[in-house]
Amino acid sequence: MTRHNPLDNRLLCGALGVAGLFCVMEVAGRTGLIDPLVFPLASTVLGRAAALVTDGEFLSDVASTLGAWALGLLFTVALAVPAGFLLGSLPRVESALRPILEFLRPIPSIALIPLALAVFSDRFDMKVLLIVYAATWPVLINTMYGLKDVDPLAKETLRSFGFGKSAVLWRVSLPSTAPFIATGVRLASAIALIVGISAELLGGGAQGIGSYVLESGGNADAVEYIIAAAIWAGVIGMVTNGLFVLAERRIFRWHTARTEVV
Amino acid sequence: MNGLLRGAVRLWPVPVVLLLWELLTRGIEMLSFPPPSQIATSMYTMWLTGPAERLWLTDAALTNIPVSVGRLLSGWVLAGVVGIVLGVALGRSPLLFRFIDPLVQFARAIPPPMLLAFFMALFSIGPRMQISFIAFGIVWPVLINASEGARQVDRQHLDTARVFGLSGGERLFRIILPSAMPKIFAGLRVSLSLALILMVLSELVGSTDGIGFQLLDAQRSYDFSGVWGTIVVLGVLGYVFNSAFLAAERRVLSWHRSAKQTT
Repeated sequence: MTRHNPLDNRLLCGALGVAGLFCVMEVAGRTGLIDPLVFPLASTVLGRAAALVTDGEFLSDVASTLGAWALGLLFTVALAVPAGFLLGSLPRVESALRPILEFLRPIPSIALIPLALAVFSDRFDMKVLLIVYAATWPVLINTMYGLKDVDPLAKETLRSFGFGKSAVLWRVSLPSTAPFIATGVRLASAIALIVGISAELLGGGAQGIGSYVLESGGNADAVEYIIAAAIWAGVIGMVTNGLFVLAERRIFRWHTARTEVV
Repeated sequence: MNGLLRGAVRLWPVPVVLLLWELLTRGIEMLSFPPPSQIATSMYTMWLTGPAERLWLTDAALTNIPVSVGRLLSGWVLAGVVGIVLGVALGRSPLLFRFIDPLVQFARAIPPPMLLAFFMALFSIGPRMQISFIAFGIVWPVLINASEGARQVDRQHLDTARVFGLSGGERLFRIILPSAMPKIFAGLRVSLSLALILMVLSELVGSTDGIGFQLLDAQRSYDFSGVWGTIVVLGVLGYVFNSAFLAAERRVLSWHRSAKQTT
């Protein structure tokens, strides 16, 4: 039997790391190394974060952000995946649209917020639309990339057995592109959160965790609220990303080369 | 010449789309959707109507664009240095990795806009706040990629280096960093495009100059061709940054591809 070294345990070390940071921040705040007015005590922040769970206003803000995020991602998939298949399987259309796409893609989606604010009166619609615009790119590009990666031999085999175009698409291209699409959606989900919260910050007046931060900015202990809300946003980001990773691993266990395209 | 001509022919959809867009926007006559010709005129007056001895650049072009690009690049370089140093340390020390990894995973999951208010409270409005906000928001792809790259260094290379008596520093600069380089570059590229987004965001919220501020200014004065023009400039900036980065990457990593081929 080999001796078990406690420092080999990932969970234990990770917990120690988190606890260590907490203690360092707490001690630095209490001894005055960091002014608690500039950066509140770690225990205060954690207490505030815990209190937010029962804060109805905060919860409805979280629900609004997540609602826009989910709806935006849903529309994105419904739009970008068929578009990716269309562009991927029609090379002439793809080469015609490529210059347009190459120009649209580098435009930072945040820059569209001032324009969207003027066009949309409903802040929720605006948020969803901006999310769709920003999240479409990784899904579209991953779909097209995955389609290029489809085994030509498998397609030829099906064709020589007399299967039609749609059968080839449905039985070969879609399953072998699916892991790439999933990666694209996972990347898009992080971008969707960034864009959604930015729209809330800049738009104001609407619901969402971005607006929550904006509204608590006037308080004397604003930083405490800001960090507590950021902690929950981090938890949301981590959980959603983790769920996507988990789903990818379960659904695409057969897919050996899970390649990432950014 | 032939390639250039073919490239120009490949761009045929651009004028077609521009023409359709012009006709459509002239047809609907909406204030927030000006025709592209009007956007082009407004871009010209915004940036290119200065005195001839300054290459016709206006004050707005000479202040806002360099200021924004400076902030973006400072934040990116800062994030690059911090990300590579910390990432390589994490990648080479499994123990350190086990302690810090949960914190890194958590910090990178926080959507950067949530922290904008925090950075504003910490540094008040100004370049210091913007640069630190950009750097904090974009450091994670570099850090994580650098740590992956440093962890996956070929054992054989490291053992060979040890046998030849290379010191720790030499091993770092001759073996570990070069072999982590492709991953680090991938991270730097993601960070660069994220830096543009965060630069615009930080200037939209807390700034008195820069391209983002100009964008907000145009929106507040209902100058929609100015808004569109600024968006176009930001798109061009993004395109230029990405192309320049890809060109640099090809140059720096060209040895890597040829080295891979011989093994």
